[in-house]
Amino acid sequence: MKFGVIVFPGSNCDRDVAYVTRDLLRQPTRMIWHEDSDLSDVDVVIIPGGFSYGDYLRCGAIARFSPAMRAVIDHADQGKYVLGICNGLQVLTEAKLLPGALVRNRDLHFICDRVPLRVERTDLLWTSHYRPGEVITLPIAHGEGSYYADADTLKALEDNRQVLFRYCSADGTPDSANNPNGSLQNIAGICNLQGNVLGMMPHPERAADPALGATDGIRLFHGMLAALGGDIPAKIIG
Amino acid sequence: MSVSSAPFSAEAIAAEGIKPEEYAEIVQRLGRHPNKAELGMFGVMWSEHCCYKNSRSLLKQFPTEGDRVLVGPGENAGVVDLGNGLHLAFKIESHNHPSAVEPFQGAATGVGGILRDIFTMGARPIAILNSLRFGSLDDARTRRLFSGVVAGISHYGNCVGVPTVGGEVYFDPAYSGNPLVNAMALGLMETEEIVKSGAKGIGNPVLYVGSTTGRDGMGGASFASAELSDASMDDRPAVQVGDPFLEKSLIEACLEAFKTGAVVAAQDMGAAGITCSTSEMAAKGGVGIELDLDKIPVRETGMVPYEYLLSESQERMLFVAEKGREQELIDIFERWGLHAVAAGTVIAEPVVRILFQGAIAAEIPATALADNTPIYHRELLSEPPDYAQKAWAWTPATLPDCTITGIEAQGKVLTWNEILLQLLATPSISSKQWVYRQYDHQVQNNTVIMPGGADAAVIRIRPLVSSKDLNKPQASNSFPGVAATVDCNARYVYLNPYEGAKAAVAEAARNLSCVGAEPLAVTDNLNFGSPENAIGYWQLAEACRGLSEACIAFSTPVTGGNVSLYNETLDADGKPQSIYPTPVVGMVGLIPDLTKICGQGWQSEGDLIYLMGTPLDAAPSAVVTLGGSEYLAAVQDVIAGQPPIVDFDLECKVQTVCREGIRQGWIRSAHDSAEGGVAVAIAESCISGNLGATLTFPTSESRLDHLLFAEGGARIIVSVARSHQSVWEAYLQTHLENDWQALGVVNSRTEGLSITFTNSVIKVEMDTLSDRWKGAIESYLAD
Repeated sequence: MKFGVIVFPGSNCDRDVAYVTRDLLRQPTRMIWHEDSDLSDVDVVIIPGGFSYGDYLRCGAIARFSPAMRAVIDHADQGKYVLGICNGLQVLTEAKLLPGALVRNRDLHFICDRVPLRVERTDLLWTSHYRPGEVITLPIAHGEGSYYADADTLKALEDNRQVLFRYCSADGTPDSANNPNGSLQNIAGICNLQGNVLGMMPHPERAADPALGATDGIRLFHGMLAALGGDIPAKIIG
Repeated sequence: MSVSSAPFSAEAIAAEGIKPEEYAEIVQRLGRHPNKAELGMFGVMWSEHCCYKNSRSLLKQFPTEGDRVLVGPGENAGVVDLGNGLHLAFKIESHNHPSAVEPFQGAATGVGGILRDIFTMGARPIAILNSLRFGSLDDARTRRLFSGVVAGISHYGNCVGVPTVGGEVYFDPAYSGNPLVNAMALGLMETEEIVKSGAKGIGNPVLYVGSTTGRDGMGGASFASAELSDASMDDRPAVQVGDPFLEKSLIEACLEAFKTGAVVAAQDMGAAGITCSTSEMAAKGGVGIELDLDKIPVRETGMVPYEYLLSESQERMLFVAEKGREQELIDIFERWGLHAVAAGTVIAEPVVRILFQGAIAAEIPATALADNTPIYHRELLSEPPDYAQKAWAWTPATLPDCTITGIEAQGKVLTWNEILLQLLATPSISSKQWVYRQYDHQVQNNTVIMPGGADAAVIRIRPLVSSKDLNKPQASNSFPGVAATVDCNARYVYLNPYEGAKAAVAEAARNLSCVGAEPLAVTDNLNFGSPENAIGYWQLAEACRGLSEACIAFSTPVTGGNVSLYNETLDADGKPQSIYPTPVVGMVGLIPDLTKICGQGWQSEGDLIYLMGTPLDAAPSAVVTLGGSEYLAAVQDVIAGQPPIVDFDLECKVQTVCREGIRQGWIRSAHDSAEGGVAVAIAESCISGNLGATLTFPTSESRLDHLLFAEGGARIIVSVARSHQSVWEAYLQTHLENDWQALGVVNSRTEGLSITFTNSVIKVEMDTLSDRWKGAIESYLAD
C-alpha cells in the first residue's frame, strides 16, 4: 500500500510521519506538495501536524483552499482513507470533511505532553489493532486543540459512534481533571460518518518508534496496513 | 578633520552609540567625514554586539581547536565531527535587551536568529535550548516578562518545527530590570560542504533572500549594547517582529538551495542587517560587495539608505551565488513563497559600496566595519573588589547552631524537612514543567529523554534522507545521539568570577556525563555588566580566565558564542545596577549508543544509592561549601562566601566513572548535586522516579546543614542494581579510591524519603515532596 503525506508550507510533522510509514513500516511513501492535485496512486493520505501557511488566520483556514486539499476532498468522497493529525484535524474540520472546530486550549497555553486516551471503538481499520476501551498514551502538542461543536453535532457524533479517542484518566475515566485542553466530551479524535476520514489531535507518529520508548501509536498504522494489504515488518510489531 | 568640524552634532554621534574618540578614528579611516548612513553603519558594526571591542582580547585565550572541531569561532556557528560523516553545528546567542522591552517578540526573534545561524551553515536545526534569568516572581513585572518570554519561545520554536528540548531558568532579584534570554540551537549538517560566509569570485552576484526589509528593529545592535533605562521602553521599534512560518520556509528553501551547489557563501542577516552581512562577507573573503538598495524588496515606502542599512527585519539572508546560476536559486525561493533577488555583485575593490537611486549612498572599506575594528584593553583591578573580599570573609560560624531537629532561620526554628521542602519550592530549583510544557519538545521524532527527565537533553541523530531516497528506509536502531546542556550558577560567578566560571563548565560536563555523553565542545554566552566599570571588567576578565582553563581541563574547545555586555539597569537615581555576571556555558556531547543512556529518576525499589565525588564525611575543604549555596541564599538570606572551588582532577575522574558506569549498564540513574546540595539531588531523583529512598549519612564533624545542603565536590548521585553491587564497588574503588560512598537504598513510594544521621533528620512523604516541587512556579502565576 502507499502513503501520501501532504506538505503545506509550514507543515512540520511531515517528515516525522514519513519516517514512520517509510522507514519503520517500509511502505512506499510520497510527499505531496500543496500545489499538487493528483492523489490517484495513494491509498492513505495523511495530513501532518504543523502550522500550515503559518496558521495566522485560523488554524487550517487557508490550507483548505489549496489544490492538494481539493484533491483530498475528492479522495475522501471516493471512500478512500484520510488521516489528519493535529493541524491535519484542524484542516479537516475547516474543509468540512469532519464536523466541529478546534479552538484555543482552555488554559490558553500551548501544551506538549503525553496523555492517556481511551479507544472508543475498534471496528474501523484505524483502531482495529487496539482493544475496545483500551487506555493508551499518546503525545499531544497544540495550542488550539479544544474540540468544539454545537449540541446537535455532538449528539450526532455520539449517536453514530464517531468519537474514536477520548482524553481520560489512567484508568480510562474521561473526566474534566483529565481533559488537557477543554475539549467537549473529552474528544481527542473523530471520524466521519463513513469512517474513512479520521482526525485526531494526538500524535500517533510520535509514539511509534521503539528506539524512543513509546509505541502506543504504531498500532494505528498497523491497523491500516492490515486492512489495506501492507505487510507489517516483523521486528517492530508492537 | 575632527569631531568639532563634524557635520553632526555631538548628540547625533552619541545617538549612534559612537564615542568621540571613535568618531575621530572613523574620520581617519575614511579620510573624510562619514555621511549619515555611514555613521549609522559604523555605529552598529562598532557596537560590542558586533565587534567585541571590549571582550576580544579576553576571548583570545579560549581553546578553540580539537580533534573534532571542524569550524571554530568566526563563522555563523561552530561545527564538530560526530563521526560516521555526521557533523553537528551549534551556537548560543542572547536576546536580552529586546526581551526586556518586548518579552514575547524579543524572545521569539532570539530563537529565530540562532536558528538562522545554524541553517546558514547548511545544517538542519534539530534542537533548541534556552538559558533564562528573571527577577523575583514576587514582582508582577517579572511575571509578565517571564510568561511573555516563554510564550515567545513557544510561539516561534513550535511553529518553526524545531523541538525545544532543554534549558535552565533562574529567578533572582539581580535580573529584575534586565532579564537574560539566551537561546542555543543545534543542527545536523545536511549539505556535503559546510557553507561558509566569506564572499568569493569577482563578478558573482549577491542575492538578497527571505523576507522584506522594513523599519522594524532599527539599530538593534547598538540598542543591545546600551544600558537600559526607563526611556528604553520608548525604544520599542528597535525590537523586531518574528515570523516563524516564513523562517520554516526559509530553512527548507536554503537547504534546498545549498544542495544545488550554486551558493558560494551565505550569511544570516541578524544584528545590523544589510550592513553587517555585506561587510562581514566582504571582509572574510578579502573582496568587496556592491549592493543596490533599489533592488531590495521592501515592506514600507519612503525608506532612506540609513533605514535600509540598519533595519533588523527578520528572516533575511545574503548569498553569494555562482554567476549564471541565479535563476536556479530564485526559482527555489519563489516556490517557497520567498523573495530572492540579485541585488549586488562581488567586486575586487575591498569596500562595501551601497547604491541608492543611482548614486553612491555609502562606501566604506569592508575591514573597517568588520575586521579591523576598535579593541579596548582595559586595566584589570590589582586586587579583588571590596564586595568580593567582604563576601569571602563570611564563614558558616556566623550561622545559628544546627540541632538534630533543625536550625533557626527567617526568625524561627525550621525543621530539616521544612528547609528541604522550602528549597524544592524555590523557583530556581523547582519543576520547570510550566515552562517546557509550552514548548513542543517532541517534533522531529528524535527526543529520547523528555525535559525534566535527566540532567541533559538527549536527542537522536538521524540523518535526513532526500526525497529521491524515499524508498531506501533507514535502520532505526543504529543512530548515535547527542546530549546538550546550558549551565551557569551566576551567584558563584558573582562571588568569584574565576571559580564560578570554572564551575559552570564543570557542571555542564557533569550534566552531560550524567546521561552518558562524552563532552565535545562549548559555545558560550557571556552576559555581563558594563566593561567600562572597573568591577564589571574584573568580572568579565576573571570569568574568561576561568572558562578558558576549564575548557582546557575538560578538553571542550570553544567553537563560538556571543557576548552581551551592558546588562545593567539604571535605578531611579540613575545609578547602574549590574546583573550577576552570567557566562552561560552551552555544551554538546556525543552518545555513541542510544541504548546506553541514563535519566535522573530512581528506576527500581531495592537499587543501591551511591554518592560519587567528595564524600559527606571528608575533612573540610574549599571544594564543598555552603558559600554561595542556594540554602544560604534562600533559607538564611545570605549572599556570601567563597563558592565551591573546582577540583578538575576529581571532576574528570568522577565524570569518567559515571559515563563508564552508564555504558556498562551498571548505573540506572544519575543526577548531579547542584543547587541545594545532596539532599535536594536525592529528593529530585525520588520525584523523577516516583520512588522513595532510605539513606543513612555517615557521622561527621560537619554541621548538619553542610552535610545536607552544601554544594560542590564534583558530586553525582547514582543508583545501581544490587546484582551489580560487587563489580560496581570494585570499579569505584579502583578509579575513585575514597571519593565515593554508599548512602542507602531506593525504596517504595509509600516509604517516602528518609535520611538518618544519628537520628532521623529528614522524613517526607512522596506526595509532599512532589507537590511542593511541581507546584511552585504555577503558584506564583495563578493570580
